[in-house]
Amino acid sequence: MTDCDVIVVGAGPGGSLAAKTAAEKGLDVLLIEKRQEIGVPVRCAEGVGREEFEEFVMPVEKWIASEIESAELYSPSGYRVKLSADQAGNEVGYVLERKIFDRYLAMLAGKAGAEVLTKTSAVWMKRENGNVKLGIRCMGEFQEITAKIVIGADGVESRVAKWAGIDSTLKLNEIESCVQYLMTDIDFNPTTTYFWVGRKYAPGGYIWLFPKGKDSANVGIGVMPSMAERPAKYYLDRFVREKFPEGEIVEVVVGGVPVKGAIDTAVSDNVMLVGDAARHTDPITGGGIINAMKAGYHAGITASEAIEKGDYSESFLKRYDTRWMNDFGQTLVRNRKLQEKMLKLNDSAFDRLFKGIGEMPIGEMNVRRLALELFKKEPKLLWDLREFLV
Amino acid sequence: MKRLAVNRYKCGYCGACIAVCKFNANELVETYLEIYHDKCTLCMACVKTCPMNALEVVE
Ligand SMILES: Cc1cc2nc3c(=O)[nH]c(=O)nc-3n(C[C@H](O)[C@H](O)[C@H](O)COP(=O)(O)OP(=O)(O)OC[C@H]3O[C@@H](n4cnc5c(N)ncnc54)[C@H](O)[C@@H]3O)c2cc1C
Ligand code: SF4
Ligand code: SF4
Repeated sequence: MTDCDVIVVGAGPGGSLAAKTAAEKGLDVLLIEKRQEIGVPVRCAEGVGREEFEEFVMPVEKWIASEIESAELYSPSGYRVKLSADQAGNEVGYVLERKIFDRYLAMLAGKAGAEVLTKTSAVWMKRENGNVKLGIRCMGEFQEITAKIVIGADGVESRVAKWAGIDSTLKLNEIESCVQYLMTDIDFNPTTTYFWVGRKYAPGGYIWLFPKGKDSANVGIGVMPSMAERPAKYYLDRFVREKFPEGEIVEVVVGGVPVKGAIDTAVSDNVMLVGDAARHTDPITGGGIINAMKAGYHAGITASEAIEKGDYSESFLKRYDTRWMNDFGQTLVRNRKLQEKMLKLNDSAFDRLFKGIGEMPIGEMNVRRLALELFKKEPKLLWDLREFLV
Repeated sequence: MKRLAVNRYKCGYCGACIAVCKFNANELVETYLEIYHDKCTLCMACVKTCPMNALEVVE
């Protein structure tokens, strides 16, 4: 006998969706989160594309900070590319309030029947008699819990991956090192997101501004440690001094975003990894909320099938790998390759490309499509990228 | 002896340094970064990754 069917480690979007899905399938689910407050501290710029997001959860006013209709991208010398929705009124994205959103998702898991524990860390894991035993520290007290399956949704710092024997260590060109300020007293259009690209701004990454309502915005940076000579904070501070000298910083967010592309497998006996723990973030945009939710959903479904069959082996759980691979894994692979090409562009190449493009309409905000448009203007790169352009 | 030190006034407890450590020499305990000096090889991966410049090797 086990204490429960599934333990989900980590109550981010991936873990909460996994717990919710598994509980809805009738499984006995425990969702544990090491922080005392779910969603805090935030490690995110909080932007999501509208269509895919709404497949999982309908927006609720209290955690929608902004609705986004257009995007502006700037090259190092200030050439601008504008992206706008095809039809007016068809907003392309949201900026969330993740402190509230993450809690809302955890509550949905709870409502579906999962037991939720905060200030509770997983501290070790071992397999025993076909099941899995997890050591947890719940508000300072140690306990051991046995389960049939552990879903590791424990984010960029995942320990579950290591315990399960899945090597997910990121190399210095497989992570974006990020800092973000929530700023007020700055000028921006509240329905537009802004991006600054090029090595001058952010070696191996980009700077973003995502509005949160009318009065404040997330202004952040990601740099690739293999390319950056200084810490991310240095580049962001320089940018903020230059662009928003009058602005006030009311919150600091720090984080690492995996840009490794797809890992070979996110399963081993009794274990599935979802979201950042499985490096499911997009290598070009750094977006990971939606993929984490998708992966959580697939893991929840797979868990219920495994428990019905009484088979928690790696070979059975492989069907989870197939599911996330078919859903978004192929895109991770392609976008990693595309990113590697983009990293080779120097600042004057960005200037030339941006100058040539000007304005173009888009239906859904899609940086990948933009990247392709950019490359079409540069025949030499086009040859390199032929495999992406079909 | 050289060892890795974390400046807790700078650290934003984000976990980026843990994602790049091959030696399992660090861990984020809620908001407290632990470094296991017996496992740390001073490979510098985390030092280069830290967004806040909170890590350094000290004598
Ligand atoms: C600066 C920055 C900006 C970003 N901007 C965007 C964006 O605009 N759009 C977007 O889509 N994505 C963005 N991302 C990525 C996005 O935040 C992540 O992909 C997303 O949060 C992943 O969700 P998750 O559920 O996998 O992990 P997380 O949200 O990281 O949740 C993991 C949870 O597990 C908990 N945990 C860890 N270890 C344990 C343990 N041992 N025991 C118990 N609990 C544990 C953690 O405390 C955490 O709450 C950004 C990331 C950063 C750092
Ligand atoms: S990467 Fe830097 S800021 Fe983040 S947890 Fe490690 S030491 Fe702290
Ligand atoms: S210096 Fe290297 S071994 Fe030591 S904690 Fe940092 S990444 Fe790990």
